[in-house]
Amino acid sequence: MKHFIKFALLIGALTLSACTNAERFNNSDAVDLNGANGANTINQFALDGANNPSSPQFFSQTIGDRVLFEVDTSTLTAVGRNTLDGQAGWLSTNSDYLAVIEGHADEQGTREYNLALGARRANAVREYLISKGLASSRIRTVSYGKERPLAVCSEESCYAQNRRAVTIISIGQNS
Amino acid sequence: MMTRFLTLFAAIMLAFASITPASAQEPLRLTLRDGVIEALPFALPTFQAEVAGSEGMAADISRVISEDLNGTGLFRQIPASAFISTPANFGGTITFPDWRAINAQALVTGAVAVNGNQVTVKFRLYDVFSGAEMGEGLQFVGTTDGWRRMAHKVSDVVYSRITGEAGYFDSRVVYVAETGPKDDRAKRLAIMDYDGANVQYLTDSSAIVLAPRFSPSGDRILYTSYESGFPRINILDVATVVRQQMPTAAGEMAFSPRFSRDGRQVIYSLANGGNTDIYRTDLTTSQNIRLTNTPAIETAPSFSPDGSQIAFESDRSGAQQLYIMSANGGEPQRISFGNGRYGTPVWSPRGDLIAFTKQESGRFHIGVMRTDGTEERLLTSSFLDEGPTWAPNGRVIMFARETQGSDGTTGLYSVDITGRNLRRVTTPQGGSDPSWGPLQR
Repeated sequence: MKHFIKFALLIGALTLSACTNAERFNNSDAVDLNGANGANTINQFALDGANNPSSPQFFSQTIGDRVLFEVDTSTLTAVGRNTLDGQAGWLSTNSDYLAVIEGHADEQGTREYNLALGARRANAVREYLISKGLASSRIRTVSYGKERPLAVCSEESCYAQNRRAVTIISIGQNS
Repeated sequence: MMTRFLTLFAAIMLAFASITPASAQEPLRLTLRDGVIEALPFALPTFQAEVAGSEGMAADISRVISEDLNGTGLFRQIPASAFISTPANFGGTITFPDWRAINAQALVTGAVAVNGNQVTVKFRLYDVFSGAEMGEGLQFVGTTDGWRRMAHKVSDVVYSRITGEAGYFDSRVVYVAETGPKDDRAKRLAIMDYDGANVQYLTDSSAIVLAPRFSPSGDRILYTSYESGFPRINILDVATVVRQQMPTAAGEMAFSPRFSRDGRQVIYSLANGGNTDIYRTDLTTSQNIRLTNTPAIETAPSFSPDGSQIAFESDRSGAQQLYIMSANGGEPQRISFGNGRYGTPVWSPRGDLIAFTKQESGRFHIGVMRTDGTEERLLTSSFLDEGPTWAPNGRVIMFARETQGSDGTTGLYSVDITGRNLRRVTTPQGGSDPSWGPLQR
């Protein structure tokens, strides 16, 4: 992944639960104050950044925009359901936002099967969010199969990151 | 963007130059069975330039014919340094003892004439041991920019006369050209000659494109595109490079399309609510038929050559396996029962075999089996092989191989259906998802 962004939180109340979705939100809004004092890194966030609970950064970084899957499955894990509970809550509050769920697979599989597997994963997330009260019209799905890996090694450590469903939010009209 | 299709004039038979002597020798014939291991030695003296200034073209055409024949693994060219004599002029008397002495079994002679932008290629094929010409001499007339096709046509005739089967050299392959690292890969549709020459791009890389499939006549290409943000099936006209979205049954994603033999129907996968099934759409009536209806993944459909059946993969048993059903749907028959997972079945143009991708214990294989699932034969093995496509004569399979690791790249390979003669097909960049088109006219 190209742009992992390190965050050290100024306000301790917030904890990070997932890595950033750097493809879309690669500006951290962080100002590095690490000057003469040297020892401590202090990052300051603009209010429309990750600290603002209504911001897309908050959604992607604090709540977590993705859930991971075991090999060749589309079953949501307990961790995944917890993340999705947070997503559902956020989307309920921020009702202007629409979501597209991107389903992905690792490279260990044929192209067509992985497209179908990614569709299963994306749909598992969509169904879960709908079960938490979100309108089905707000959530679309798309599968990228194995076409968009985040991690490029050919080992389980990378595959585990690639077997994912990512919730991409945007303000928009229901189509 | 596309150069104009070369128009080849009909081959014109040359007059017989000599009376073929009777011989007690069996006529030259290479029978393509699993047992063909010994390559047939042939001699191909560089074609003569019939017109001054044609020498370069004559050498190029001779080289491509040699590469075609050597590339099959079935023929072995005898180096010119071993020649005792070379024919004084095309069509003249052949001194067969000189060719027998170096153990050439076949001899190809030819002549090339370039006049302006027109090229004429003449050739003759001889069975050295019986001292007879095999078939009539032929000539091809075309334009200079199509010289490679003329060379391939000579190769096709030579191959066909010696093996008794159709060739595959004057054919093209559409594939996905790949550039960039694994996490930022750009994909474009590209078309090339079967041997990797004359690559031309059919799309840009602004949207993901996947799995192009030639129509049986080679005039159109089906492929999956993310142009709309979601996977949809496009049809591209090869001559004009104009593309349009194919009408499908309603669904969130449409992918994995393939033409019927008559080019009028398309079978494909449609995903709805996370469930992927196979559908068929008639391109003339836009009528859609759903062919499978299970909660499992059904994808990668491929018509039998007679159009009556469809091979596909399904994980209804719990893992990917191969099935065959009627072209109208209905209860399918499972045909793969070995260990591992089986996907991407592709029916051979002869109808006798199904090529597939097999995944087992962390390795991928390209294999073939009979249509009843028997005589499974794995042809390749690597970290990731997939996407087989058949040569028009059903003798060779091209596929994509991806190398392992962070710097992994893709490339096209071909292999004989006996598992011999694995070769890299040289492309300018990485390549995947090849689809081998028909022999050109």
